[in-house]
Amino acid sequence: MDFLFIFQQAISAAIGVNAIIYALAAIGLNLHFGYTGLLNFGQAGFLAVGAYTVAVLVVSFEVSIWLAFLAGIGMSILLALILGIPTLRLRADYLAIVTIAAAEIIRQVARSVTLREYFGGSDGITGKFGADFFALNPFKAGLDTPILRFTPNDLWVVLVGWVLVALFVVLTWAIVRSPWGRVIKAIREDEDAVRSLGKSVYLYKMQSLILGGVIGSFAGFVYAISRQSVQPDNYSTALTFFAYTVLILGGAARVLGPVVGSIIFWFLLVFVEQILRQAVANDLIPDWLLNPNQVGQIRFILVGLGLMLLMIYRPQGIFGDKKELALNARA
Amino acid sequence: MHAPNTSQKDRAVLALQNVEARPGVSKPDPIIVADNVVRQFGGLTAVNVEHVEIQRGAITALIGPNGAGKTTFFNLLTGFDKPNSGNWTFNGVELAGVAPHKVARMGMVRTFQLTKALFRLSVMDNMRLGAKNQIGEGILRSLLPFFWRNQEAQITARAEELLQRFKLDAKKDDFAAALSGGQRKLLEMARALMVEPELVMLDEPMAGVNPALTQSLLEHIKDLREQGMTVLFVEHDMDMVRDISDWVIVMAEGKVVAEGPPNSVMSNPAVIDAYLGAHHDLTLEED
Repeated sequence: MDFLFIFQQAISAAIGVNAIIYALAAIGLNLHFGYTGLLNFGQAGFLAVGAYTVAVLVVSFEVSIWLAFLAGIGMSILLALILGIPTLRLRADYLAIVTIAAAEIIRQVARSVTLREYFGGSDGITGKFGADFFALNPFKAGLDTPILRFTPNDLWVVLVGWVLVALFVVLTWAIVRSPWGRVIKAIREDEDAVRSLGKSVYLYKMQSLILGGVIGSFAGFVYAISRQSVQPDNYSTALTFFAYTVLILGGAARVLGPVVGSIIFWFLLVFVEQILRQAVANDLIPDWLLNPNQVGQIRFILVGLGLMLLMIYRPQGIFGDKKELALNARA
Repeated sequence: MHAPNTSQKDRAVLALQNVEARPGVSKPDPIIVADNVVRQFGGLTAVNVEHVEIQRGAITALIGPNGAGKTTFFNLLTGFDKPNSGNWTFNGVELAGVAPHKVARMGMVRTFQLTKALFRLSVMDNMRLGAKNQIGEGILRSLLPFFWRNQEAQITARAEELLQRFKLDAKKDDFAAALSGGQRKLLEMARALMVEPELVMLDEPMAGVNPALTQSLLEHIKDLREQGMTVLFVEHDMDMVRDISDWVIVMAEGKVVAEGPPNSVMSNPAVIDAYLGAHHDLTLEED
């Protein structure tokens, strides 16, 4: 077994593009779910809107990528308004239903045959639409060390990605310690109490939905640019649920929870996968028990098992405060 | 006229002494006037109040047997529920259809029967939340602490004062969930005062509170009147009502069936009917 290789792969994944995408998606969800108590099950929709807006505008309409990013932010705000206006006055579960449906609608529209001309159907959009972004890449050589391995373009995406993550972490930290943050946390605890104190609950929920959605669209930008392609099925409900996994793993309502959660999630996923692959390749696991094609599925089962154990023995997540979680049981 | 040390209680009693004890009677200086407020749940008429007025500066008790519509009427007045018909004014301002948070901003602040302490916020944050017109509650300015730091300090100082008065200052950094049931009631009342209300509406403030704390709650309610606030509270325990209220409004089956000073109202046949007609045991706990 080549443990050096296993660790190289796992550590590269832990700080790689996927970890950044899920960290950003989960930072947005943390504002929604962790701080405001909004059950947004359609975070994938915000990523899809961000990614597709950039891809479509640059490829089909030859808009500058920087304008396309602005348009992507605008579109995610629009999506938040469309989702929020009818549902935020209703009970929390309605938002969950509407968001999960909306994210699926976005994906199905994107992969539809009718709109193939714009969205590329189930193949999505491929093209050098990140060219303007990569033109700014200062890295001429990639990174190839025993611990980390990145191509020059990946290195540039990873650097910019982590700067974005840091920015949004600082933003979250600043905003949740402010009186605004106090109001959204209070809404999470009891909406009616907040209303009785003269605050417009609807307005704050909408602001939170928009802000978390915009952060989600940045995850979509990173997704699209890093792969130079967008594919509809990347933005399925699985993405949302992994983002929730990342958030709960790290600790909801903790500023660094999503970041730590994402790093650990991707480290574990790739670590388990590589161990299994090597074990199968070296005949440590017999072929009748596990063949290389099954490794991809088995890793999710094993990581899922690990997460279940975590929820049983450390339900507050890595950063969470168990005392605080216990208080959630309404007396 | 009044001696300088005349208490608000004396003033309230004096103002109400010549008011006739009958349902829907007009008061000399009403803060709330409600007309024809009807709320139906399916075929059931929960509230059907023809006319009622609440006297400013007094403590008014709203009593009645279980299911009389007291809490529903409360919810309607504060905007938490919408009536089928009817209108009411607060300080002369029409309030029907106004959203609950706007009602609160106008100075009419309520508490809840089932206490709504914000569990995973500290006691101090519960209090701070109540303050009105906070600069840092705007999403953009919240990111720039120099806009709101001074105001936050003032709010904190005011909250500390109130917490001292309610003997919760030792708990200010604890989560609200760590408080006992009675302390949560105190916190909810103190938090409502952070809004600087004119009218405080308490929904069963004494429910589930142990006798020792009940006494202190009663004193706090009397205190509100001394500080110039009007108090309207829902209660079904007659002993409490007799001790602190200046005026009693009795509801039964959604209607106001009697009104009067606390000492005489209980001998009113309509009240005895309302209580004993359906419920033989006056000490029955609600819900």
